[in-house]
Amino acid sequence: MSEKKIRVLIAKPGLDGHDRGAKVIARALRDDGMEVIYTGLRQTPQMIAEAALQEDVDVVGLSILSGAHNALVPQVLEKLKENGQNDVFVFLGGIIPESDIPGLLALGVKKIYGPGTDTRVVCEDIRAALADRA
Amino acid sequence: MTDFSLETIRKGDKLALSRVLSRVEADHEAGRAALDALFPFTGSAHKIGITGAPGSGKSSLVNALAHHLRRAFPDARVAIIAVDPTSPFTGGAILGDRVRMPDLQNDPGIFIRSMATRGALGGLADATLALSQVFDAAGYEYIIIETVGAGQAEVDIVNLAHTTIVVDTPGMGDDIQTIKAGILEIADILVVNKADLPGADQTYRNLAAMIEMGYRGTGRINGGHHRSANAPTDRPEETRGWVPPVLKTTAVTAQGIADLMNAILQHQTYLRATNAWHEKENAAMQLIVNKLVLEELSNNWKQNLAPGLYESVLRALRQREISPRAAARALLAYNSK
Ligand code: B12
Ligand SMILES: Nc1nc2c(ncn2[C@@H]2O[C@H](COP(=O)(O)OP(=O)(O)O)[C@@H](O)[C@H]2O)c(=O)[nH]1
Ligand SMILES: [Mg+2]
Repeated sequence: MSEKKIRVLIAKPGLDGHDRGAKVIARALRDDGMEVIYTGLRQTPQMIAEAALQEDVDVVGLSILSGAHNALVPQVLEKLKENGQNDVFVFLGGIIPESDIPGLLALGVKKIYGPGTDTRVVCEDIRAALADRA
Repeated sequence: MTDFSLETIRKGDKLALSRVLSRVEADHEAGRAALDALFPFTGSAHKIGITGAPGSGKSSLVNALAHHLRRAFPDARVAIIAVDPTSPFTGGAILGDRVRMPDLQNDPGIFIRSMATRGALGGLADATLALSQVFDAAGYEYIIIETVGAGQAEVDIVNLAHTTIVVDTPGMGDDIQTIKAGILEIADILVVNKADLPGADQTYRNLAAMIEMGYRGTGRINGGHHRSANAPTDRPEETRGWVPPVLKTTAVTAQGIADLMNAILQHQTYLRATNAWHEKENAAMQLIVNKLVLEELSNNWKQNLAPGLYESVLRALRQREISPRAAARALLAYNSK
């Protein structure tokens, strides 16, 4: 009846309280016609993966400004795989030093965004990634 | 797409369950087939609806209630369907109810699924009933459904839930208008949430008085029976049916949640004891069958419509040669040839 809706989980792992970026992205994706599940602050990798599983999302978007990305992101990726969600795309945004980016991409993060990101680019990237998969 | 297996879902495989929920929600062939296969296993879950204005604390109540249910009945699994509105302009939605359900995040016996209305207007999405059936078949004993909560027209929940909880809060203007009559009437249980805030007692008294008046005045009971306004007011207790209790809760501290759970269980007992459970199921089945019949009829009709007929009938209608009803009949070929 209707086209397949893109479902995205926007999550903030760890103790990081900076939630503006996550909310900006959530709204931008909503305005682009996607269904965005927002889980709020202080999520463990386990909680994020479980939410992604129950919500059957296409994309998990992580927002991290605390500097803890190298510890948190691999755990999220691992839990997603443990649950059998191998086809979910993980996008990451926040304060991620240039030098950490190659390692995170190598682990399986699809794309990484920093301050000043144009949200239209994020929407396009998500649609492109899902179109490639289909 | 892996093939869906009934067995895996009933065994508690969450990935399989989650994928089936998506397919059923999309309402494509695969989803319809899954629903057909699961249907024989439905019918045992207790479906509990929660409605009330946005911000009244529905999600917070679901959090406290589900947590409490799980502690009281560790073997019973709880599914939650949280519905939020789709933006009519963009077709997108922000589904944020999980933010208020922190106590449920690490409980393997709980499954939360957020849904967007995708254009439906009655406070639920079109597929909410179907998703509840999937959870039912998967063996979830309690299914809690949180409605959008935008206003008074949202009464779809009564057709779906066995027990409907209506949430009000203090300080929304203590006139009775806060909860519109229509929504009050659907309540099996009334909750004054945010009882920690000033004015809660006043709101409680107002609601209790309304219930008191409503039941004495009309003798209305749940299940849609409606006696005339001047029916005898002194009926014996048992024939009056269920009178909705009014409860005070503070969802964020779980105050009053035990009482709320007990009221739900009492309502369940009442429904089962009076056969109202089956009446509700019957009414729900009737609604869904009627809806599907109309849907299939309309699809068949569209498929079998003679080419050009629609346009020519519409032209005749526009020129006032025939009336709208005659046009409809012509399109259905009642008096054709
Ligand atoms: C505002 C702000 C705050 C506010 C936060 C308010 C809030 N509720 O969000 C307050 C004052 C509370 C705050 C507190 C702190 N802050 Co501060 N804060 C900032 C600041 C100035 C701006 C952040 C912001 O909101 N930007 C606006 C949003 C829209 O941008 P954004 O988050 O970057 O998001 C964009 C992109 O990154 C990307 N994006 C982000 N997330 C995602 C997710 C996905 C999926 C995608 C696709 C894209 C994406 O898209 C967005 C849109 O373009 C930054 C500095 C900076 N210039 O970034 C420091 C900064 C983040 N804070 C910092 C620090 C250290 C702190 C404190 C620890 C300070 C302290 N010592 O108390 C506390 C910690 C608070 C906590 N509990 O975590 C450091 C972090 C250093 C680090 N990581 O190494 C920064 C970088 C400042 C600095 N240069 O030192 N902070
Ligand atoms: N003071 C108080 N605040 C509450 C209570 N229950 C919920 N809230 C707050 O009310 C706001 C809306 O709650 P939410 O559960 O999201 O309401 P919903 O929109 O009806 O689902 C949140 O900020 C909650 O923390 C309560 O019992 N007392
Ligand atoms: Mg809510």
